[in-house]
Amino acid sequence: MKRRLFLKSSVATGTLTAAAGYGLLPIQTASAASYPSDAFAAEDATSGASTVLGMDAASATESDDIKLKAPEVAENGAVVPIKISTNGATEMIAVVVEKNPAPLVMTAKFSDGASGALSGRIKMGQTSNVIAYAKMGDKLVKATAEVKVTAGGCGG
Amino acid sequence: MTTKIKVKAKDVGHDILVLVKHPMETGLRTDAKTGEVVPAHYITNMAFSVNGTQVAETMLSQAVSANPLTTINLTDLKAGDVVSVSWEDNTGTSESAETTIK
Repeated sequence: MKRRLFLKSSVATGTLTAAAGYGLLPIQTASAASYPSDAFAAEDATSGASTVLGMDAASATESDDIKLKAPEVAENGAVVPIKISTNGATEMIAVVVEKNPAPLVMTAKFSDGASGALSGRIKMGQTSNVIAYAKMGDKLVKATAEVKVTAGGCGG
Repeated sequence: MTTKIKVKAKDVGHDILVLVKHPMETGLRTDAKTGEVVPAHYITNMAFSVNGTQVAETMLSQAVSANPLTTINLTDLKAGDVVSVSWEDNTGTSESAETTIK
Protein backbone atom coordinates (compact mmCIF):
# COMPACT_ATOMS: atom_id res chain seq x y z
CA MET A 1 0.00 0.00 0.00
CA LYS A 2 2.85 2.37 0.82
CA ARG A 3 4.29 1.71 -2.57
CA ARG A 4 0.97 2.58 -4.20
CA LEU A 5 0.79 5.88 -2.35
CA PHE A 6 4.36 6.64 -3.25
CA LEU A 7 3.63 5.90 -6.89
CA LYS A 8 0.57 8.09 -6.93
CA SER A 9 2.37 11.03 -5.38
CA SER A 10 5.36 10.52 -7.62
CA VAL A 11 3.10 10.49 -10.67
CA ALA A 12 1.55 13.77 -9.57
CA THR A 13 4.87 15.47 -8.96
CA GLY A 14 6.61 13.72 -11.79
CA THR A 15 4.29 14.86 -14.58
CA LEU A 16 6.71 17.49 -15.80
CA THR A 17 9.72 15.22 -15.79
CA ALA A 18 7.69 12.49 -17.45
CA ALA A 19 6.55 14.90 -20.15
CA ALA A 20 10.17 15.77 -20.79
CA GLY A 21 10.93 12.09 -20.93
CA TYR A 22 8.57 11.41 -23.82
CA GLY A 23 10.67 13.50 -26.12
CA LEU A 24 13.78 11.58 -25.22
CA LEU A 25 12.31 8.16 -25.79
CA PRO A 26 13.05 6.68 -29.20
CA ILE A 27 10.09 6.74 -31.58
CA GLN A 28 8.61 3.28 -31.87
CA THR A 29 8.39 2.11 -35.44
CA ALA A 30 6.08 -0.83 -35.00
CA SER A 31 7.61 -3.43 -37.25
CA ALA A 32 7.16 -7.03 -36.21
CA ALA A 33 10.60 -7.04 -34.63
CA SER A 34 10.19 -4.12 -32.27
CA TYR A 35 8.52 -4.54 -28.93
CA PRO A 36 8.41 -1.48 -26.68
CA SER A 37 9.40 -3.30 -23.49
CA ASP A 38 9.94 0.00 -21.66
CA ALA A 39 6.41 1.16 -22.37
CA PHE A 40 4.94 -2.14 -21.24
CA ALA A 41 7.06 -2.06 -18.07
CA ALA A 42 6.23 1.55 -17.13
CA GLU A 43 4.62 1.69 -13.70
CA ASP A 44 2.51 4.82 -13.99
CA ALA A 45 -0.82 4.89 -15.75
CA THR A 46 -0.09 7.17 -18.70
CA SER A 47 3.58 7.07 -19.69
CA GLY A 48 3.45 3.64 -21.34
CA ALA A 49 0.41 4.54 -23.41
CA SER A 50 1.94 7.90 -24.32
CA THR A 51 5.05 6.17 -25.62
CA VAL A 52 3.26 3.69 -27.86
CA LEU A 53 0.68 6.21 -29.08
CA GLY A 54 3.26 8.90 -29.70
CA MET A 55 0.91 11.40 -28.02
CA ASP A 56 0.41 12.48 -24.42
CA ALA A 57 -2.20 10.08 -23.05
CA ALA A 58 -3.09 12.55 -20.30
CA SER A 59 -4.42 14.94 -22.96
CA ALA A 60 -6.92 12.40 -24.38
CA THR A 61 -10.56 13.45 -24.31
CA GLU A 62 -13.57 11.29 -23.49
CA SER A 63 -15.53 10.75 -26.69
CA ASP A 64 -18.44 8.85 -28.15
CA ASP A 65 -16.22 7.85 -31.06
CA ILE A 66 -14.72 5.07 -28.97
CA LYS A 67 -16.68 2.44 -27.10
CA LEU A 68 -15.28 0.18 -24.41
CA LYS A 69 -17.27 -2.81 -23.27
CA ALA A 70 -16.12 -4.41 -20.03
CA PRO A 71 -17.95 -6.24 -17.23
CA GLU A 72 -18.99 -4.19 -14.19
CA VAL A 73 -17.92 -6.97 -11.88
CA ALA A 74 -15.28 -9.57 -12.73
CA GLU A 75 -15.31 -12.58 -10.46
CA ASN A 76 -11.99 -13.76 -11.81
CA GLY A 77 -9.38 -11.07 -12.38
CA ALA A 78 -7.32 -13.49 -14.48
CA VAL A 79 -9.85 -13.41 -17.31
CA VAL A 80 -11.64 -10.12 -17.94
CA PRO A 81 -13.16 -9.86 -21.41
CA ILE A 82 -13.00 -6.42 -23.00
CA LYS A 83 -14.20 -5.15 -26.34
CA ILE A 84 -13.26 -1.88 -28.00
CA SER A 85 -14.78 -0.39 -31.10
CA THR A 86 -14.30 2.97 -32.71
CA ASN A 87 -16.32 5.11 -35.03
CA GLY A 88 -14.05 6.28 -37.85
CA ALA A 89 -10.55 5.73 -39.17
CA THR A 90 -8.31 4.56 -36.36
CA GLU A 91 -4.56 4.12 -36.45
CA MET A 92 -4.00 2.64 -33.06
CA ILE A 93 -5.70 1.44 -29.90
CA ALA A 94 -4.05 1.07 -26.49
CA VAL A 95 -5.57 -0.54 -23.41
CA VAL A 96 -4.53 0.51 -19.92
CA VAL A 97 -5.53 -0.94 -16.54
CA GLU A 98 -4.73 1.87 -14.09
CA LYS A 99 -3.88 -0.21 -11.04
CA ASN A 100 -2.02 -3.13 -12.61
CA PRO A 101 1.70 -3.41 -11.72
CA ALA A 102 2.39 -2.54 -15.36
CA PRO A 103 -0.68 -0.61 -16.57
CA LEU A 104 -0.22 -0.87 -20.35
CA VAL A 105 -1.90 -4.15 -21.31
CA MET A 106 -2.20 -4.35 -25.05
CA THR A 107 -2.06 -2.28 -28.19
CA ALA A 108 -3.24 -2.71 -31.75
CA LYS A 109 -2.08 -0.90 -34.84
CA PHE A 110 -4.24 -0.88 -37.95
CA SER A 111 -3.47 -0.39 -41.62
CA ASP A 112 -5.83 -0.17 -44.62
CA GLY A 113 -8.45 -2.89 -44.60
CA ALA A 114 -8.75 -3.15 -40.83
CA SER A 115 -11.37 -1.27 -38.83
CA GLY A 116 -10.65 0.05 -35.36
CA ALA A 117 -11.94 -2.83 -33.32
CA LEU A 118 -10.18 -5.01 -30.81
CA SER A 119 -11.29 -7.50 -28.25
CA GLY A 120 -9.37 -9.67 -25.90
CA ARG A 121 -9.18 -11.07 -22.41
CA ILE A 122 -6.99 -9.35 -19.85
CA LYS A 123 -5.74 -9.85 -16.30
CA MET A 124 -6.53 -7.39 -13.53
CA GLY A 125 -4.82 -7.37 -10.13
CA GLN A 126 -7.56 -5.44 -8.36
CA THR A 127 -10.60 -3.24 -8.90
CA SER A 128 -9.50 -0.52 -11.27
CA ASN A 129 -10.40 1.74 -14.14
CA VAL A 130 -9.84 0.26 -17.58
CA ILE A 131 -9.05 2.93 -20.15
CA ALA A 132 -9.04 2.45 -23.90
CA TYR A 133 -7.22 5.04 -25.98
CA ALA A 134 -7.66 5.43 -29.72
CA LYS A 135 -5.55 7.52 -32.02
CA MET A 136 -7.85 8.81 -34.73
CA GLY A 137 -6.01 11.08 -37.14
CA ASP A 138 -4.44 13.81 -35.01
CA LYS A 139 -6.81 13.46 -32.08
CA LEU A 140 -6.59 11.11 -29.16
CA VAL A 141 -9.82 9.87 -27.60
CA LYS A 142 -10.45 7.61 -24.65
CA ALA A 143 -13.19 5.63 -22.96
CA THR A 144 -13.13 4.55 -19.34
CA ALA A 145 -14.90 1.74 -17.51
CA GLU A 146 -14.54 0.66 -13.92
CA VAL A 147 -14.26 -3.08 -13.36
CA LYS A 148 -14.71 -4.44 -9.85
CA VAL A 149 -12.49 -7.45 -9.29
CA THR A 150 -13.31 -9.93 -6.57
CA ALA A 151 -10.23 -12.18 -7.06
CA GLY A 152 -7.02 -10.79 -8.54
CA GLY A 153 -5.21 -12.27 -11.51
CA CYS A 154 -1.63 -11.11 -11.09
CA GLY A 155 0.66 -13.48 -9.21
CA GLY A 156 -0.53 -14.84 -5.87
CA MET B 1 1.16 -24.49 -28.18
CA THR B 2 -1.44 -24.37 -30.87
CA THR B 3 -2.91 -21.48 -32.80
CA LYS B 4 -6.42 -21.42 -34.15
CA ILE B 5 -7.84 -18.81 -36.48
CA LYS B 6 -11.49 -18.39 -37.25
CA VAL B 7 -13.39 -15.94 -39.44
CA LYS B 8 -16.90 -14.75 -38.72
CA ALA B 9 -18.84 -12.67 -41.22
CA LYS B 10 -20.34 -9.56 -39.59
CA ASP B 11 -22.65 -6.75 -40.69
CA VAL B 12 -19.50 -4.77 -41.40
CA GLY B 13 -16.61 -6.88 -42.68
CA HIS B 14 -15.33 -9.98 -40.97
CA ASP B 15 -14.19 -10.63 -37.43
CA ILE B 16 -10.91 -12.51 -37.20
CA LEU B 17 -10.67 -14.54 -34.01
CA VAL B 18 -7.33 -15.92 -32.94
CA LEU B 19 -7.02 -18.35 -30.07
CA VAL B 20 -3.53 -19.33 -28.93
CA LYS B 21 -2.80 -21.93 -26.32
CA HIS B 22 -0.15 -20.12 -24.31
CA PRO B 23 0.58 -19.88 -20.55
CA MET B 24 1.09 -16.06 -20.58
CA GLU B 25 3.14 -16.13 -17.36
CA THR B 26 3.52 -12.73 -15.70
CA GLY B 27 6.81 -13.40 -13.96
CA LEU B 28 5.14 -12.45 -10.66
CA ARG B 29 3.71 -15.83 -9.75
CA THR B 30 5.56 -18.25 -7.49
CA ASP B 31 5.35 -21.98 -7.95
CA ALA B 32 3.47 -23.39 -4.95
CA LYS B 33 5.62 -26.54 -4.83
CA THR B 34 9.14 -25.19 -5.31
CA GLY B 35 8.61 -21.65 -4.03
CA GLU B 36 10.46 -20.31 -7.03
CA VAL B 37 9.25 -17.47 -9.19
CA VAL B 38 7.85 -18.71 -12.49
CA PRO B 39 9.71 -16.80 -15.23
CA ALA B 40 7.74 -14.47 -17.47
CA HIS B 41 6.57 -16.12 -20.67
CA TYR B 42 4.12 -14.18 -22.79
CA ILE B 43 3.24 -13.32 -26.36
CA THR B 44 4.63 -9.95 -27.45
CA ASN B 45 3.70 -9.40 -31.08
CA MET B 46 0.86 -10.70 -33.17
CA ALA B 47 0.66 -9.76 -36.84
CA PHE B 48 -2.38 -10.15 -39.08
CA SER B 49 -1.97 -10.35 -42.85
CA VAL B 50 -4.24 -10.67 -45.86
CA ASN B 51 -2.65 -12.36 -48.89
CA GLY B 52 0.76 -11.68 -47.38
CA THR B 53 0.25 -7.95 -46.70
CA GLN B 54 0.17 -6.92 -43.06
CA VAL B 55 -3.07 -5.18 -42.13
CA ALA B 56 -2.91 -5.06 -38.34
CA GLU B 57 -0.51 -5.72 -35.53
CA THR B 58 -1.33 -6.20 -31.90
CA MET B 59 1.15 -6.14 -29.05
CA LEU B 60 0.34 -8.03 -25.91
CA SER B 61 1.90 -8.02 -22.45
CA GLN B 62 1.99 -10.14 -19.31
CA ALA B 63 -1.39 -8.71 -18.39
CA VAL B 64 -3.21 -10.57 -21.15
CA SER B 65 -4.98 -13.71 -19.95
CA ALA B 66 -3.63 -17.20 -20.50
CA ASN B 67 -4.75 -18.78 -23.77
CA PRO B 68 -5.50 -15.38 -25.24
CA LEU B 69 -8.41 -14.88 -27.60
CA THR B 70 -7.76 -11.80 -29.72
CA THR B 71 -10.30 -10.44 -32.15
CA ILE B 72 -9.96 -7.76 -34.80
CA ASN B 73 -12.20 -6.71 -37.64
CA LEU B 74 -11.21 -6.60 -41.32
CA THR B 75 -13.35 -4.70 -43.78
CA ASP B 76 -12.25 -5.58 -47.30
CA LEU B 77 -12.16 -9.36 -47.40
CA LYS B 78 -13.52 -11.31 -50.35
CA ALA B 79 -13.83 -14.99 -51.14
CA GLY B 80 -10.48 -16.64 -51.72
CA ASP B 81 -8.48 -14.21 -49.59
CA VAL B 82 -5.95 -15.86 -47.30
CA VAL B 83 -5.92 -14.40 -43.78
CA SER B 84 -2.93 -15.33 -41.69
CA VAL B 85 -1.72 -14.56 -38.19
CA SER B 86 1.72 -15.04 -36.74
CA TRP B 87 2.85 -14.40 -33.19
CA GLU B 88 6.08 -14.28 -31.29
CA ASP B 89 6.66 -14.54 -27.54
CA ASN B 90 9.37 -13.14 -25.28
CA THR B 91 11.41 -16.35 -25.47
CA GLY B 92 11.54 -16.19 -29.28
CA THR B 93 8.99 -18.92 -29.91
CA SER B 94 6.72 -18.17 -32.81
CA GLU B 95 3.86 -19.81 -34.61
CA SER B 96 1.43 -18.96 -37.35
CA ALA B 97 -1.91 -20.07 -38.72
CA GLU B 98 -3.94 -19.18 -41.79
CA THR B 99 -7.37 -19.61 -43.23
CA THR B 100 -9.07 -18.95 -46.57
CA ILE B 101 -12.24 -16.92 -46.84
CA LYS B 102 -15.11 -18.92 -48.29
